[in-house]
Amino acid sequence: MRQPHAIQPAGIFLASSHGGPCLPGPDDITRVELANGIVVLARANFNSPSVVVSGYLQVGGIYDPDEKLGLADYTAAALMRGTQRRDFMEIYDALESAGASLGFDSSTHATGFSGRALSEDLALLLELLNETLREPAFPPDQLERLRAQLLTSLAIRAQDTAEMASLTFDQVVFANHPYSRPEDGYPETIQAIQRDDLLEFHRGHFGPQGMVIAVVGAVDPAKAVEKVAGALEDWQNLNQPIPPELPPVTPLQEVVEKRVTVAGKSQADVMLGASGPSRTSPDYLAAALGNSVLGQFGMMGRIGEVVRQQAGLAYYAHSSLTSGIGPGSWQVSAGVNPADIEKATELIRREIRRFVEEPVKREELADSQANFIGRLPLSLESNGGVAAALLNLERFNLGLDYYRRYSHLVRSVTAEDVLEIARRYLHPDRLALAIAGP
Amino acid sequence: MNGLEQYHEKGEILRASHTLRKSITLMTDSITKTRLANGMLVLLKEIHAAPIISHWVWYRVGSRDENPGITGISHWVEHMQFKGTSLFPLGVLDRAISREGGFWNAFTYLDWTTYFETMPADKIDLAMRLEADRMLNSLFDPLEVASERTVILSERLGNENEPLFLLGEELQAAAFRVHSYHHEIIGDQADLQSIQRDDLFRHYRTYYNPNNAVLTVAGDFETQGLLARIRDLFEAIPAEPEPARRIRPEPMQSGERRVIVEGPGETIYLQLAHHIPAASHPDFFPLAVLDSLLTGPSNLNMFGGGISNKTSRLYRVLVESELAVNVSGGLAATIDPFLHTITVIVHPNRQADQVLAAVEREIGRLQEAPPPGEELARAVKQAKALFAYGSESITNQAFWLGFSEMFASYEWFTQYLDLLAGVTPEAVQRVAQAYFRPQNRVVGIYLPSDRRPARQDGDSLT
Repeated sequence: MRQPHAIQPAGIFLASSHGGPCLPGPDDITRVELANGIVVLARANFNSPSVVVSGYLQVGGIYDPDEKLGLADYTAAALMRGTQRRDFMEIYDALESAGASLGFDSSTHATGFSGRALSEDLALLLELLNETLREPAFPPDQLERLRAQLLTSLAIRAQDTAEMASLTFDQVVFANHPYSRPEDGYPETIQAIQRDDLLEFHRGHFGPQGMVIAVVGAVDPAKAVEKVAGALEDWQNLNQPIPPELPPVTPLQEVVEKRVTVAGKSQADVMLGASGPSRTSPDYLAAALGNSVLGQFGMMGRIGEVVRQQAGLAYYAHSSLTSGIGPGSWQVSAGVNPADIEKATELIRREIRRFVEEPVKREELADSQANFIGRLPLSLESNGGVAAALLNLERFNLGLDYYRRYSHLVRSVTAEDVLEIARRYLHPDRLALAIAGP
Repeated sequence: MNGLEQYHEKGEILRASHTLRKSITLMTDSITKTRLANGMLVLLKEIHAAPIISHWVWYRVGSRDENPGITGISHWVEHMQFKGTSLFPLGVLDRAISREGGFWNAFTYLDWTTYFETMPADKIDLAMRLEADRMLNSLFDPLEVASERTVILSERLGNENEPLFLLGEELQAAAFRVHSYHHEIIGDQADLQSIQRDDLFRHYRTYYNPNNAVLTVAGDFETQGLLARIRDLFEAIPAEPEPARRIRPEPMQSGERRVIVEGPGETIYLQLAHHIPAASHPDFFPLAVLDSLLTGPSNLNMFGGGISNKTSRLYRVLVESELAVNVSGGLAATIDPFLHTITVIVHPNRQADQVLAAVEREIGRLQEAPPPGEELARAVKQAKALFAYGSESITNQAFWLGFSEMFASYEWFTQYLDLLAGVTPEAVQRVAQAYFRPQNRVVGIYLPSDRRPARQDGDSLT
């Protein structure tokens, strides 16, 4: 075999022709609040002749009645099914003829939209966004078509062990809390929803207050703001509700296990964890770095090392932090042979115990800190990535200079901080354990 | 809930059934293409939009090179490439790249295996040293081989949870009786249990050679300097004999084949696969247009969003008439003739044969008359848009430099839009007649065991 190569210093071939800072900041993000409350964020990128328009409104599954769970989701999906001016095929004919796309989806607190087009077609995208948001027609035949699609998605969900483990996990972690409910509902709740429900839900909840829209791509930001204002600034809805207060999450006092059988499957999915910090919590960054050490960094962190590399029990075994505007969750997931569930669960619990008993090693933390800082520019490679980053600034009130301050914030977290935060949220004997499999 | 953060998984399989998501980039910039003394092909493209470099090493080996007994071995070798060398022992390599914030992964496909790292530009030397080293010096430690066996078996079990994996595997097996496109990239369980360390090492040493590799780099560098560094690192790796390829061409199919897979669930899936020629064949372009008309523009980009297919012919005929809830399709760019695949999720109240009849009627329309020119013009505009979206990503641009070389050459990619624009309505009709015949087709149906009784009548073969 050949001898290893000598290590030479890097950088000899680097060019630095892209001048200026590449991380978004106050000097290159345009932020304008329109008269009706809509916040517009814009940033130019002329490297490709395309543009992304994405954003969200303050309406989501949190407003669903229990017996009509999935209503917000249904409504969001129905927006594209016809407006007062165009039917379903006319909407998609306009979009697809231009090679453009536009779509909505709904989560607990927000209804998101995302579109892209060649920059020459930005006006079309905004026109359709305006129509679908403000003048949906909810055609009855389209609603029935959509209902069949939603029901099929639920049938497929019921066969997906990872999704069923996740759904079951939320039921345990968020017992007696709105977050225990799946936003896409259940077959019987989707069956219960009528056209009038959609009309009323739209009338009562969709509006400009709290809406945020980001435009990123080959468009001058001032022009982008002007175009958004032209399309949406005259939108008013006095019926928009004030976002409801969320009840606290009741912490688990023991390991609560819940199994769901998905007959005939080859592999089981296991999810193990507890509630976690919200994205706006001061605990968030330390939790995120700790999570990286626990089950993300490199080949899925410590969890990947123990469960996959050493024991060979799973193709995927990792931890994740789910953090939005309300309480979050912190969990370890693995896909394992049904015969190995106990073994894998035991290994995972042992790692959680170690994680809350001793501080992460200095090098481990330094690795994850370097990873967080280094990967930030890569996540901003595409217009979609930049748009998502801008929306996060607004959603979680991070400040326009957040990405410029980010490396300092990340480096300020200590191993002691991580330990303290880990103990605040995780305890090896107080966990939700959800298992879905044959 | 609000969706888990995505985990980074090494060693993904590119499922042939996902096939080609077509599109590309407005690649007007020039590239540098050169061959090192040891036969390694190098393609470089400077892009100074961001301080990022994406670096890919491609090997001409995939499931196409596997015969029964060693199915899945290319993918397993790819996994072993993350298990360390003496210079970058297990864990070190991973840690080193991740520390710099690098985005990296590997893919095993029908025809090739590729490894990439996208890094901050000033850190790319690490990726280059790593790839040069593991082209030759991976350890294949027997203990690591053993623990990876169970990991890959677990990966296969996870796949088997998916109805579309089960159906796709049978469909491909029925379509290819002779050619090694017969088996799934992950391999058959029997082989995953019996392949030994020496088999893996032999496969590695046979195919992981500079003269069987293509290095592609796109991003923020200066070409002459980078090329000099590439020569430093890679040119001394000795060339090896060209791997012997024992490719067994698939004989022409002479009658429709059907496969039925039964399994859990309540959703019926229908797949239609038609044999189509290799990506380098001139008919690939009219077929790409045909595909776009039938099921919407597929997106060949690995990174970069696609667009919807609601105005496509099959969406209108199947979903708008409530025979199906979803339809998708695509063709794969491969070295040897592979398949165009249409996948339908059948409406809860309908049966597979009703859907099949509607698909056949729609194919018949394209065989009977050339499609209107406007429909072709739209397909071209959509492909252009997908090119533009793909060009936002430096990683995607480096991907194309190599991907196109696997089955054709980079010119295939740069000429793609022009060739697509040159397709005539008559050419679309001709390829519909030539390739979308029932005799050239495999029909696959996934029959769920928990199907609720349908609320509408319908004769049924299912």
